[in-house]
Amino acid sequence: MGRIAQTFESLRRQRRAALVPFVTAGDPEPSATVPLMHSMVEAGADMIELGIPFSDPMADGPVIQQASERALARGVHLADVLAIVAEFRVQDPATPVILMGYLNPIEAAGYEAFARRAGEAGADGLIVVDLPPEEGEDLNRLLRNNGIDPVFLLAPTTTPERLQVICDAASGFIYYVSLRGVTGSANLDLAEVRTRIAQIKQQTSLPVGVGFGISDAATAGHVAEFADAIIVGSAVVKRIAECGNDVEQARRKVAAFVRELRTAIESGTGSAQAAQS
Amino acid sequence: MNAVEPSVNYRYPDARGHFGPYGGTFVAETLMRPLAELRDAYQKYMHDEDFLAQLDADLAHYVGRPSPLYFAERLTDHFGGARVFLKREDLNHTGAHKINNTVGQALLAQRLGKRRIIAETGAGQHGVASATVSARLGLDCVVYMGREDIKRQAINVYRMKLLGAEVVPVESGSKTLKDALNEALRDWVANVEDTFYIIGTVAGPHPYPAMVRDFQTVIGRETRGQMLAQTGGLPDAVVACVGGGSNAIGIFYPFIEDAQVALYGVEAGGDGIDTMRHAAPLCAGKVGVLHGQRSYVMEDEDGQISATHSISAGLDYPGVGPEHAWLKDVGRASYVAVTDAAAMEAFHLLARKEGILPALESAHALAYAGELARELGRDANIVVNLSGRGDKDIHTVAAQQGITV
Repeated sequence: MGRIAQTFESLRRQRRAALVPFVTAGDPEPSATVPLMHSMVEAGADMIELGIPFSDPMADGPVIQQASERALARGVHLADVLAIVAEFRVQDPATPVILMGYLNPIEAAGYEAFARRAGEAGADGLIVVDLPPEEGEDLNRLLRNNGIDPVFLLAPTTTPERLQVICDAASGFIYYVSLRGVTGSANLDLAEVRTRIAQIKQQTSLPVGVGFGISDAATAGHVAEFADAIIVGSAVVKRIAECGNDVEQARRKVAAFVRELRTAIESGTGSAQAAQS
Repeated sequence: MNAVEPSVNYRYPDARGHFGPYGGTFVAETLMRPLAELRDAYQKYMHDEDFLAQLDADLAHYVGRPSPLYFAERLTDHFGGARVFLKREDLNHTGAHKINNTVGQALLAQRLGKRRIIAETGAGQHGVASATVSARLGLDCVVYMGREDIKRQAINVYRMKLLGAEVVPVESGSKTLKDALNEALRDWVANVEDTFYIIGTVAGPHPYPAMVRDFQTVIGRETRGQMLAQTGGLPDAVVACVGGGSNAIGIFYPFIEDAQVALYGVEAGGDGIDTMRHAAPLCAGKVGVLHGQRSYVMEDEDGQISATHSISAGLDYPGVGPEHAWLKDVGRASYVAVTDAAAMEAFHLLARKEGILPALESAHALAYAGELARELGRDANIVVNLSGRGDKDIHTVAAQQGITV
């Protein structure tokens, strides 16, 4: 069993949803990321989602776009992202790391080389925003061979037929995009998200996480009532951006926010897993 | 006549939008459903007699088609080789080939009940064409345009505003066409229910490359008939500029099965393709994935998309339509690059010899046609797609001469 499955299994026994904060690798500088990851784990993160910087992040809102631009300005390449994962693994052999990025840097590295190196570095999952399962068969096979779960996004616009295709192709967990929009958009319709998660859970036994639009502890607490993982990206990255080049301050600020999210999730009335068990 | 018999069978893309290894659908999940709806609508209406009749009527009475095929005698004399014919897309309503496609897509939007149009634009021609058809059909229109392009295409920005469109400056990345496309995709993701995205070129996820091509092939169909009528045969070569590649595919496509017609796509060589400052992915790029499709792109060794340079905003794009990538690989079309300086020279040449100001985009094709005319010699016939008029570029041209207009 991989780290992602183990983590969900352990959380299921604790009747709690996973907290998954997102940071862009190398933002605001390459050396900041590993300490930031450790701090988030200490503050209560169950898994880390790590963004691979890309020049044209077409599914991201301004906050994560700018994080990508800051990292690229510091010369952060895909190899550096994998080095960050490997360095994180030295001290933390347990917390899953899910990479999130766009296809072109992975194509440039070569699917086979990328999958092997990402596996060796200790990455556990990969979300490629612009790679639907129909176009991703080759990469997904190579990922699995290297112990990496291909994680897919589901959207409010996903039809029931596609839902099945995606659930069949996915492993690790399913990532439900909780709104029509880019990362960091506002106004989550909690009732709609709750209904959709229930529908998705009828078609897969995989855990279902929710992301895109969870910006504060209160929302995280509400979503934790019915989702298996709470993914918070732009709200974390915004706090890093507010600290400019003061990496230490960014680390404290992010840790405090993660603690706040964790408390809210724990005081939620229990995860969907708990409700089912 | 033997000369017009098809010599190969060309049937692309496949059902999933692939041209060989190129094309496809590389987008975020949210867009999969609207793209499927668009594909279904496009497949339905491209065989719907009412739709096609309305399209033909609009092309005739609103756009002003057919556009002339003009024998450029003094230009031919100047080049001293093959006879050069100009396909006058610059004479279309709004001054470029872009309107052929926006008329078609706007009719589709209307059929789908979408009341809001979004578009990206580089030189502003596609933005103007989108604003134009939106005004005519009473649809809201939002055009995304890079801040850099807004600076160099002030006239078109004002034209779009006069037509009632909202022009949104894009500040991210290199602030040019590629970033405008990113921003339009972000808008579409957020507004899929009521919004129709009119992509202006033969790039993007399936079905755009095939659909935009089909709306633009009117150029090549007319050219074919006009050449047969004026010269009694097919041309020896067809030359068109390639940014995303819509005017080129539009004129190439009806000749694809005529193996004796050589097809030349001319990319923006900028300062030269041996420098880093150009926009010629087919000549000097690599295979990659950008904006929903696999094709040739300009990228660094890490797969980050490169900033491009061309004096012509409409060609200043790091990607290219997937069908061009395929035509290059199978050898059916040849792709070359022409520098800023050579394009500028061709701009002035056409002005002085024929009394036509070409768009700087089209000037790239003209510059290459000069070389080709000398190479092919006096017995040959070349068609150049004069994809747009140059009024929008006079500030750029004047600045090159040190003049402020």
